[in-house]
Amino acid sequence: MNAVDCYQNSAMTIPLQNKLHSADTLVLYGETFASRLLLGTSRYPSPQVLENAVRSANPGMITVSLRRQGSATTEAHSGFWDLLKKMAVPVLPNTAGCHSPQEVIATAKMAREVFETDWIKLELIGDDYTLQPDTLRLVATAETLIRDGFKVLPYCTEDLILCQRLVDVGCQAVMPWAAPIGTGQGPLNPYALQLLRDRLKVPLLVDAGLGLPSHACTVMEWGYDGVLLNTAVALADDPIAMANAFAMAVQAGRSAHLSGAMKAQVSAQASTPLVGTPFWHQE
Amino acid sequence: MRLIVNQIEQELPDHSTIDDVLEMIKATPPFAVAVNFEFVPKSTHSEHILNEGDQLEIISPVTGG
Repeated sequence: MNAVDCYQNSAMTIPLQNKLHSADTLVLYGETFASRLLLGTSRYPSPQVLENAVRSANPGMITVSLRRQGSATTEAHSGFWDLLKKMAVPVLPNTAGCHSPQEVIATAKMAREVFETDWIKLELIGDDYTLQPDTLRLVATAETLIRDGFKVLPYCTEDLILCQRLVDVGCQAVMPWAAPIGTGQGPLNPYALQLLRDRLKVPLLVDAGLGLPSHACTVMEWGYDGVLLNTAVALADDPIAMANAFAMAVQAGRSAHLSGAMKAQVSAQASTPLVGTPFWHQE
Repeated sequence: MRLIVNQIEQELPDHSTIDDVLEMIKATPPFAVAVNFEFVPKSTHSEHILNEGDQLEIISPVTGG
């Protein structure tokens, strides 16, 4: 192909790709979401910054939680309910802090009544130091919730068999961690996360451990369907700008995935045509 | 009758309902209730008779990750 052909093909391809990608939306449990970024609502410097960060990221869902009324936590969140209504973004309640299936199920049911949604981010913590999910009891808990009509998004590790079993009991999407919650370390086990993507056909969202937009972009390039993050935005010096950076990174990674990346080469290959190089003489 | 409401011991008359507790602590909507780790729907709060030693969790929305 000569240089002119290259440019012509490129020009012809751009509208086609844009059309293809514009129809690309995240679908979970049959519901369509405009964005592949799910954003947490905790740890922002102020409610105003939270609101502006949400508007900047325009996430498909925002995560929320429940705590005892009258506690210091709920007292500090007295205006949160009004803010949720004002932002009008679909909410994904979590079961953060639950250490037993019984706690998870009761919390999920309370969340369903308060937030009027069947969506639940299933968190069943097995270790307080790493916040690693209790993988041994996660599957049965997910199954109970699904039988009760919940749309379960389980926070889990990148273990292939665990994720497969979650799918087997009816989870229509799975959310493996990239790294422990709040660490911002990015994908610690790229091999397992990519293998998981290859093996499972359901939507996969990386939840927890992302610290940089490049982390989000990378997992989206691998073919992940979305990301859920909180701390990386909330603790940035400028959460509003970082929210936008993550939104663009997710979009870029998704577009790159759909576009089909070139295969990496071992040796250099000149990108500028060699024939006709001035002062060049074939030996 | 002694109850544990959000980890705090409370005294209420025998045969009190969940609504009685909510009124006593001046619960502010929105909230949801669990008794002894079991969710109790809002529709049954007025008729749910509590027993000595019951543990109530009354929760409200907060931010989450």
